[in-house]
Amino acid sequence: MNMNVIEASGLGKRYGSTWALRECSLAVPAGHVAALVGPNGAGKTTLLNLAVGLAEPTAGRVTVLGGRPAGSPAALDGIAFVAQDTPLYKNLSGGDMLHLTANLNRGFDQPYARARLAELGIPPKRKAGKLSGGQQAQLALTLALARRPRLLVLDEPMAMLDPLARHDFMASVLTAAAEDGVSVVLSSHVLAELERVADYLILLSRGRVQVAGDVEDLLATHRMLTGPAAEADRYTGRPVVHARRAEVQAHLLVRAAADDPVPPRWEAHPVGLEELAMAYLREPDAAALPGPARGRNPEPTEATR
Amino acid sequence: MTALTMPTRPRHDASLRPVPWRRMAWVTWRQHRAALAGLAALLGALAVYLWLTGLQLHQSYATYCHPASSLACAINFTGRYGITGNLVSIFLQAVPALIGAFVGAPVLAREMETGTFRYAWTQGFGRWRWALAKLVLLAVAVAAAAGAFSVLYSWFNQPFFAAGYAIPFSTRLFDLGEVAFPAWTLAAFAIGVLAGMLIRRVVPAIAATLAVYAGLASATALWLRQHYMTPLLTTKLNLPSSAWIVSQWYTKGGQFAFGARGSGIVNAVSRLCPSYNGSPAQCLTQHGYTQWSSYQPGSRFWPFQWIEGGWLLALSVLLIAATVWLVRRRAA
Repeated sequence: MNMNVIEASGLGKRYGSTWALRECSLAVPAGHVAALVGPNGAGKTTLLNLAVGLAEPTAGRVTVLGGRPAGSPAALDGIAFVAQDTPLYKNLSGGDMLHLTANLNRGFDQPYARARLAELGIPPKRKAGKLSGGQQAQLALTLALARRPRLLVLDEPMAMLDPLARHDFMASVLTAAAEDGVSVVLSSHVLAELERVADYLILLSRGRVQVAGDVEDLLATHRMLTGPAAEADRYTGRPVVHARRAEVQAHLLVRAAADDPVPPRWEAHPVGLEELAMAYLREPDAAALPGPARGRNPEPTEATR
Repeated sequence: MTALTMPTRPRHDASLRPVPWRRMAWVTWRQHRAALAGLAALLGALAVYLWLTGLQLHQSYATYCHPASSLACAINFTGRYGITGNLVSIFLQAVPALIGAFVGAPVLAREMETGTFRYAWTQGFGRWRWALAKLVLLAVAVAAAAGAFSVLYSWFNQPFFAAGYAIPFSTRLFDLGEVAFPAWTLAAFAIGVLAGMLIRRVVPAIAATLAVYAGLASATALWLRQHYMTPLLTTKLNLPSSAWIVSQWYTKGGQFAFGARGSGIVNAVSRLCPSYNGSPAQCLTQHGYTQWSSYQPGSRFWPFQWIEGGWLLALSVLLIAATVWLVRRRAA
């Protein structure tokens, strides 16, 4: 599984005079649950729309599933997309939506889809518009999973759901990822809900990719240093992503491995995904990118303070 | 909660065979059956009415209208049913517009308005194939229903034509002909789908469809249609009753005098023949005027139907192709 499910180079999308996404170069390897994170308006939906072929790039190119042009028949065949607010035909029943999706795709696992609706307690005869938000999201996810895609793309799938429905929804996604090996890319502006599920992070800010990488690698290469506030400015040991100062103590998020020496009077702690993402979001000029992208920014973490 | 295991995935071969076109038949039917049922209900109710009224018309014509010029025919047939015939023809003018607005406009506008295009256009079928299949199926259904309806309507009108009460060429009957009516319905549908794709909101798209259709239909009836073939010119006073007189005017000594309508002719007739109660044309010819008529003979009815049907079909194909092209290239 060493293909890239999404690969973008120099990708840009302009609406009118505003660039929703610019110079986006990205490679999301297969076999991950990749979280696409960023504040509202960062370009998450734009990037996903480009990847699933709903939008045409203004600049650059994007391929999916190992080089298939986004939006091509071969790409559409292998990707299932659940759009923001999970659009369904409100006047069709769940059963009709299954039939519809079955007719619109080469393959559709009808027994699986029916069993899944039954298990979720979604009456197949009830109109989609009369289902609860959580049920609608689950129905949309069922339609997507029953296509047996190789890549599942979810755009803010949980925005409308209550915490319980979110939990159930994510459990369904993770089950599919674990049992069928579906690669997943999902976007959200709520970091906390991705912390438990994502093993790959793409951080988007102001239309640019700021961080991209395996979550384990990212966590292993970042530390939180806590020490005297007075000495914070003099710290030069490692690139500082973000510095947060209180009166007495300062907290520095630095790029450093776990076995890195810690300066005297400073303490090192491992960071969480949310903490790490927040630090980068607060410093839009900092970047942590893999491979060639990093090569172009030899000192990507200089621009702090 | 989700203990179900996913079965093994089928092999994804490189040479993908597209999803068969015929699958769109069920999809189109299921998604638009309410609109199609509404269309069937509208045309069905009208058809029942035309059938029942038509039977009475035919009965009345057969009983009283031999000869058609008899007073009995004028009283019992045209006197009794003429208004009904006129009202029906006026009402039917609106039917293609209604079909275009309420069947055509929502097809894509609703997808855009509710965001469901993001579902439909990311399925394996492919978005432009989805649009093409759906639009062609609906267009054929709509045109076929209108075609069948117009055959019934022309049966309904037969006694009026036979009694000389109406001619097929008249402005309010020509576009209800067996070729023109389905063609206008098709064009209205095509206008509706394109408006829906451009405007992307259902209600404004419906309004735009009605407006564009009304403009096109009026321009055709008032201006375009008479130019399909060069009108014939005659100075004869008695034109066949089936002829469509495009315009009439008078000359005297080779010079244009006045048109057949307006104050010029009224003044001339009242001056020349103050106490004359024949036709103005007879009065004027007696005083040396020549009446010119430019007209389309009744025999050109079918060529005109096919000309109108032809360009409307071409227009509809063009509009639907433009719509599919927009679906294909539109950035979400």
